[in-house]
Amino acid sequence: MSAPNRVANEPRLSDTGPSNAPLPRRESASRVGPLAAEIERIANRVEDGERITAADGLALHDHADLATLGRLADLVRRRKHPAARVTYVVDRNLNPTNVCITDCGFCAFYRRPKHEESYVLSREVIHQKMDELAALGGRQVLMQGGHHPYLKSDWWCDLFADLRARYPLINLHALSAPEIDHLSRIEKRPVELVIADLVAAGLGSVPGAGAEMLVERVRKIIAPKKTSTDRWLEVHRRVHEAGLRSSATMMFAHVETGAERIEHLERLRALQDDTGGFTAFACWTMQPDGVPDAETYPERATPGTYLRVQALSRIYLDNFENVQTSYVTQGLKMAQITLYFGCNDFGGTMMEENVVSAAGCMNLSPIDALEHQIARAGFAPRRRNSWYGIVDDRHDEARDGPRGPMSREDAATHSAAKRSAAEGSNLASVRA
Amino acid sequence: MSTSTASRDAHVDASTSALQRRADRAGIGDIAAKVFAGTRLSLDEGLRLYEADLFVLGALANFVRERLHGDVAYFNVNQHVNYTNICNKLCRFCAFQRLPNQPGAYVMSPEEAAAKITEQLGEPVTEVHMVAGIHPKLGYDYYLDLLRAVKRARPSIHVKAFTMVELDQIAKKAKKPLEIVLPELIEAGLGSVPGGGAEVFADRVHKESYHLKISGDEWIAIARKVHQSGLRSNCTMLHGHIETKAERIDHLDRLRRLQDETGGFQTYIPLSFHPDNTEMSDVPGPTAVDELREIAVGRLMLDNIPHIKAYWILMDVAVAQTALSFGADDVDGTVVEEKIYHEAGATTPQKVQRAELIRWIRDAGRVPVERDTLYNVLWSDELEPSLA
Repeated sequence: MSAPNRVANEPRLSDTGPSNAPLPRRESASRVGPLAAEIERIANRVEDGERITAADGLALHDHADLATLGRLADLVRRRKHPAARVTYVVDRNLNPTNVCITDCGFCAFYRRPKHEESYVLSREVIHQKMDELAALGGRQVLMQGGHHPYLKSDWWCDLFADLRARYPLINLHALSAPEIDHLSRIEKRPVELVIADLVAAGLGSVPGAGAEMLVERVRKIIAPKKTSTDRWLEVHRRVHEAGLRSSATMMFAHVETGAERIEHLERLRALQDDTGGFTAFACWTMQPDGVPDAETYPERATPGTYLRVQALSRIYLDNFENVQTSYVTQGLKMAQITLYFGCNDFGGTMMEENVVSAAGCMNLSPIDALEHQIARAGFAPRRRNSWYGIVDDRHDEARDGPRGPMSREDAATHSAAKRSAAEGSNLASVRA
Repeated sequence: MSTSTASRDAHVDASTSALQRRADRAGIGDIAAKVFAGTRLSLDEGLRLYEADLFVLGALANFVRERLHGDVAYFNVNQHVNYTNICNKLCRFCAFQRLPNQPGAYVMSPEEAAAKITEQLGEPVTEVHMVAGIHPKLGYDYYLDLLRAVKRARPSIHVKAFTMVELDQIAKKAKKPLEIVLPELIEAGLGSVPGGGAEVFADRVHKESYHLKISGDEWIAIARKVHQSGLRSNCTMLHGHIETKAERIDHLDRLRRLQDETGGFQTYIPLSFHPDNTEMSDVPGPTAVDELREIAVGRLMLDNIPHIKAYWILMDVAVAQTALSFGADDVDGTVVEEKIYHEAGATTPQKVQRAELIRWIRDAGRVPVERDTLYNVLWSDELEPSLA
């Protein structure tokens, strides 16, 4: 093998765009050189099942090679989920309104109240969408929207009560911390009371949206009008105390630093230690095309960045049961890799046609394509509900163990729910 | 390439013993020991790699990759010209082929091919990759004119053209032995030979899926003549269709035995089968993890071939970036119009900008090094002197 010959050429400008990794990282550095011992020390802690510190997390983030992150994430996943099984939920996204006054610079979805493309869906249209979901055997509707200045909790409670009655098998996985905070503010009521009303009307679980980056410096740049870090966390705490489960997210690769990503994960981990209410975590890289403040944001991050941070989140969040892959933003090829890099769940089917074309399986329906991708990656696909209970006919309790929670009441086993129940204040125990 | 200093050796020893222990636990400790010692793996050992723990496999392949190339990840800036899609070989895994009267069938004249080159004169293209179907009516002069026209359009461009399959056809049309034809092609502008058309060498696979094309033995024989004429070439394997793992290992073994003889292969590229619009559209093709395994197995089996390429056009960027840690040291850099895979359903972009490629490589923790076709370094702003 010949060594590369050095050819004298005029130097070219280093023509990379703005990067999300300010320090050039070298893969070999965690194996050879001064950082190797440190990476190995941290890896040993993970292998021994010990929690890693924020400083450890940052060291892995900055210096660990991709394969080390992958194998450690895979190890953590297999500890929590020994069976080679990947879950997904048959659901759809339903956005009752796109009207919003929070003006986040990274959001291409919202419209201001008087905009000609703004809408509030009629009940008839909502029923039609729910009928389609029910026909597919859907178990969850992911219902969120913009922060409408005039739609208050009574509007949402009315909607929830109606849908709960008409579609008892479809869980209302609805709203988000910013939306709940918005209701509390426009109604000038404590957030616990808002949550109590929503729960009584049929809210079953709360999605993790609106977290973005749980660091004030970043929020002030990308979403200055949105719910603050502390408030986002507080709303989820209240949701958990009300007996409900929720999920958590992170949107990254915009203006944040690596240390700030770790801060975000640390805040989630600490809250989870306290309440135990989060079911799952999902993260994705910011998609900058077509957003209002496109110039603020660096170029779209490369897939390698997503894979590293995703693996790191599985390692760091040692108290989260489930980590979802983000096939919608990252594609099915990446999703397959993440199943070996810490992810155990494929999220929702969302009734999107893009699953078919991306799968290269032109003749399959979206759900079949998803099943196929999971199976081809070497895992058994299983349908779940919003609380990660298995609703799939292929599950056999004698062979595969208990199915898990089948309702929001079944799922109220986390420490905050137990504390509330003991204090007599578990509002989720009120049957709707 | 010399990579060792005393302190680096010490760290290498510490990490290899940790990897040896992990390999022991994964049941391939004997294979790992051979990899560290630089001893060739047997066919049986190659087969065992397919069942081994993915991360141990990847770490062993990465060890070899870094021993050879450190953190360097090569790329070049090239364009593809597929001068005709008319083909009489009727391979069952191919979506690119057309019969002469089918819609979309075309042949480029040498002038049209040259125009494709001229169109890109503003881009820093250093190589044209020129492969096509086997058109029964194109004469020997066509191929010579094609080479000359392309070189006239951009004299500095390196022409990497004509798979072993096309060379077989060209020699037939010339009615001269390949040993005579090759110097004539070189004189007309041929610089090196791509690795395609190898598929899987096993006779069973040949018979079932590409029986009108040259066999594995014929491909090897032509490759030998190419190398003996002074030309370097690449080599490939199409995986994820009807072949068995044993047939893949046999294919790799045949490549490495020829390399022992001639030393002419530069780069091995595993190519994933893509099913759409082929006669094998019910065969699903490899997953992302299959592709990573194939890169790693290739790196470990082909101990005498310098480079392993992760062809992002068919793997997509996610897999290609990951592959740089699973044994690959090279990514392609096509700026214009990949056709062959996109007919078969590849949904990746058909071209990429040089700056983007550099970002991908850096984000993967590697040092981007622009090369020409023969792996001379054209550009790097990070290469340490000790890696030269």
